[in-house]
Amino acid sequence: MTSDFLLSLAQAITKGLLTGMVYGLMALGLSVIFGVMRVVNFAHGEMMIVGMYLAWAGSEYLQVSPMLSLPLIAAVFFVAGYALQRGMISPFIGRPEHQQFLLLLGIALVLVNVCLAVVGPDSHGVQLDSQFDSYEVGPLVLDAVRLHAAIAAVVIAGLLWLFFTHTRIGKSIRAAADNNMGALVVGLNVKRLYAITFGVGAACVGAAGALMITIIPVTPFLAAEYTLLAFVIVIVGGLGSMTGALLGGLLIGVSEAVAGLLVDPSLKSMFSFGLLILVLLLRPQGLLGKRGT
Amino acid sequence: MTGARLEIAGIGKSFRGLRAVHDVSFAVPAGAIHALIGPNGAGKTTIFNMIAGVYAPDTGSIALDGHVISGLRPDRVCAAGVGRTFQIVKPFKALSVLENVTVGALHRHRELGDARHSAEGILAQLGLYDRRHQLAESLTLPDRKRLEVARALATEPKLLLLDEVMAGLRPTEVDVMVGFLRELNGKTGLTILLIEHVMRAVMALAAEVVVVSYGEKIAEGTPAEISRHQAVLDVYLGEENAA
Amino acid sequence: MTILRRLVHGVAPRVLWMLVGLLALLLVAPAVLDTYGLSVLILILYFAYVGQAWNIMMGFAGQLSLGHALYAGLGGYVAAGLFTHYGIGPWAGAFAAAAAAALAGAIVGYLGFRFSLAGVYFALLTIAFGEFTRIAFDHLDWFGASGGLFLKVDVAPNPFDLRGGPLLFYYVILALAAGAFLLCRLLLESRLGRYWLAIREDAEAAQAVGVPVLRYKMLAITVSAALTSLAGVWNAFYYNNLFPETAFGMSRSIEITLAPIIGGLGTLFGPVVGAVVLTGLGEVFTSVGDTLGIPGIKQIFYGIALLVIVMYRPAGVWPWLAARFGATERRQ
Repeated sequence: MTSDFLLSLAQAITKGLLTGMVYGLMALGLSVIFGVMRVVNFAHGEMMIVGMYLAWAGSEYLQVSPMLSLPLIAAVFFVAGYALQRGMISPFIGRPEHQQFLLLLGIALVLVNVCLAVVGPDSHGVQLDSQFDSYEVGPLVLDAVRLHAAIAAVVIAGLLWLFFTHTRIGKSIRAAADNNMGALVVGLNVKRLYAITFGVGAACVGAAGALMITIIPVTPFLAAEYTLLAFVIVIVGGLGSMTGALLGGLLIGVSEAVAGLLVDPSLKSMFSFGLLILVLLLRPQGLLGKRGT
Repeated sequence: MTGARLEIAGIGKSFRGLRAVHDVSFAVPAGAIHALIGPNGAGKTTIFNMIAGVYAPDTGSIALDGHVISGLRPDRVCAAGVGRTFQIVKPFKALSVLENVTVGALHRHRELGDARHSAEGILAQLGLYDRRHQLAESLTLPDRKRLEVARALATEPKLLLLDEVMAGLRPTEVDVMVGFLRELNGKTGLTILLIEHVMRAVMALAAEVVVVSYGEKIAEGTPAEISRHQAVLDVYLGEENAA
Repeated sequence: MTILRRLVHGVAPRVLWMLVGLLALLLVAPAVLDTYGLSVLILILYFAYVGQAWNIMMGFAGQLSLGHALYAGLGGYVAAGLFTHYGIGPWAGAFAAAAAAALAGAIVGYLGFRFSLAGVYFALLTIAFGEFTRIAFDHLDWFGASGGLFLKVDVAPNPFDLRGGPLLFYYVILALAAGAFLLCRLLLESRLGRYWLAIREDAEAAQAVGVPVLRYKMLAITVSAALTSLAGVWNAFYYNNLFPETAFGMSRSIEITLAPIIGGLGTLFGPVVGAVVLTGLGEVFTSVGDTLGIPGIKQIFYGIALLVIVMYRPAGVWPWLAARFGATERRQ
């Protein structure tokens, strides 16, 4: 093995790690929602691209960079997620999986096709001043946009961790996740907590979308891909586990980047699905998930 | 239907290092009714689940008429002649009462018509015949308990395991169930082992009682003996003092 | 005779006559329908058939598969591959297709059931196998890889090779749909069917009354997969082309599940009614979309329709219709 190869491998891993942080943030949203409500958000990738489109529109029409519009997008997603949970999803909690699946599938269809109807099928990216900047760390070159996105993703994940460990609402949500009946008994308003949870999960994926648009352009067709990708990540990391989602994001980010380097790039997601199958069979609680009953 | 002898020899089971049942032995002669009692969490249901094949015991063995059944899958244990009810009832909710029992009867009757016919007979004995077209989920708890018994009986067992089928029944309903079980046992010689908290039923039905506490057998004898047994009284009084 | 008796046992004469009438109508329908009408009816029958096949697994045995495109895709590719490369006609190819799909189903099922994956986890496993196979087929040159596999269309009509016009495909899919309906009725009215229902309701209780749960779940997935593969064979020869993206894609899997979920899971009429509702809505929204000329508008309406149905008729349209018109098929 030549040192050239090792360098490009290291480069790919670095790139994968940085993208993986954003993947992790996206998956975090899915994981939080499932962990608390046991609802699989089949519209996750669709929500992701809505976030990407909003950030793109802000940049294109209002000249606001995605990093600046991110807090606003997250806030909008929080409110929308809260309303969606309250208005539509709430009655479906505890119902058979296929009904939840159909509901979220309907939501997904509407979201992605509204994007298609409004913006059209072409791909859209943002122009950033830092697009061509890079940082050199030893022999490695880090894209500035990727690095910024990764840092932002880590900061947001950190804020989320603070929310779940240090605020009353956050702790209540975790209590509700651990023991629904227990939470009902001690008088927590579970419905409201669920709505907040869905809002938080939606805010995560909205923020991830705002970051992702700085890395790659958006098309409506990305939605289904991101939904599947988010599934793979949270299963690998452990459905319902926050650190698991982040770790899964890094793992999938790196494996995609390395597979893209070593084999035909079109085969890269085959590794992800192969990994998903193995994890489901051998460790269905995920790498970091708690073993359930 | 005739009864089979159940022989339990030194069975034990741990869950992740936690000892649930330790070295329990007892036997139920063919055609007898015995009861298994003890405080909550004493390991009674774990013993049932080992007999029924849900768990394989870590140690010891379980035999029915001399054939070892421990370690077999639940459906094999059923084929060997063990019927069981669940403490938390598990009806096939979206199916009718008749269909619930028919599924049990299909074990010995391969044709749907025969199985249905057999199921109707059992429902009549348990007083559920008039409700046979209701969905199981629409039944009241006492009826669901009866449905559990009916479905287990439909598999034509030689040993019937009843896990708290009297719990939640009113005293008059307990008497009806006791009467039914005694008649069933008298007519067919079916062996019955019951887990029960309702002492009135235990006293009326069981020839012998096995008492377990913290996963171990602490006493065995006739209901009269057991009610005078010091260790048993300690366990139960202790429980009451704690509560 | 016993089979016939079992088929009609307990069915009201009124319902029987209605079914016979419906079949007669379908048999003569091509005489009065134009090309467009026939194509819509073909679509309805296709979704009714494939929905019936999926319903065996989810509606009867209670195992949620969101990866049934795997079996349809395998079926189509195996039959089309045999035809293109060796000239083996699809009637013989269908056996190979069904065998391949049944084997794939057995593998997915054995792994999933053996490792006790249930609910969402099992569903995700089926998705993963479907996607894995999709990407694999992108790279299998014998099957045309990502460029697609195309069937010869410039040949003389020959029913033995399933080459011909829409009329041929109409009668084939009608036979399949009617056959699947009868088969499902027979299955339900047998020990096998009752055991499936018991497993769907409570696997632990089923096992306690002597049901070998693993074996019956395996039967459900292999039967369902084999039947689904026939839809894939028909589909491949009807459209004359196959692409991994469409044959194995997630959206194919989803579309297979919709008719039975919307019509009513676990019922015989559910997949049929669901297919009528879905195809009807699809056609209406397509024409609305064409009139408005906005991309995606059809799918927006479609999505809203799904939401309305699942929010107001979560158990499906058929049980509600049946209750309204006094028909008696309970949710089995």
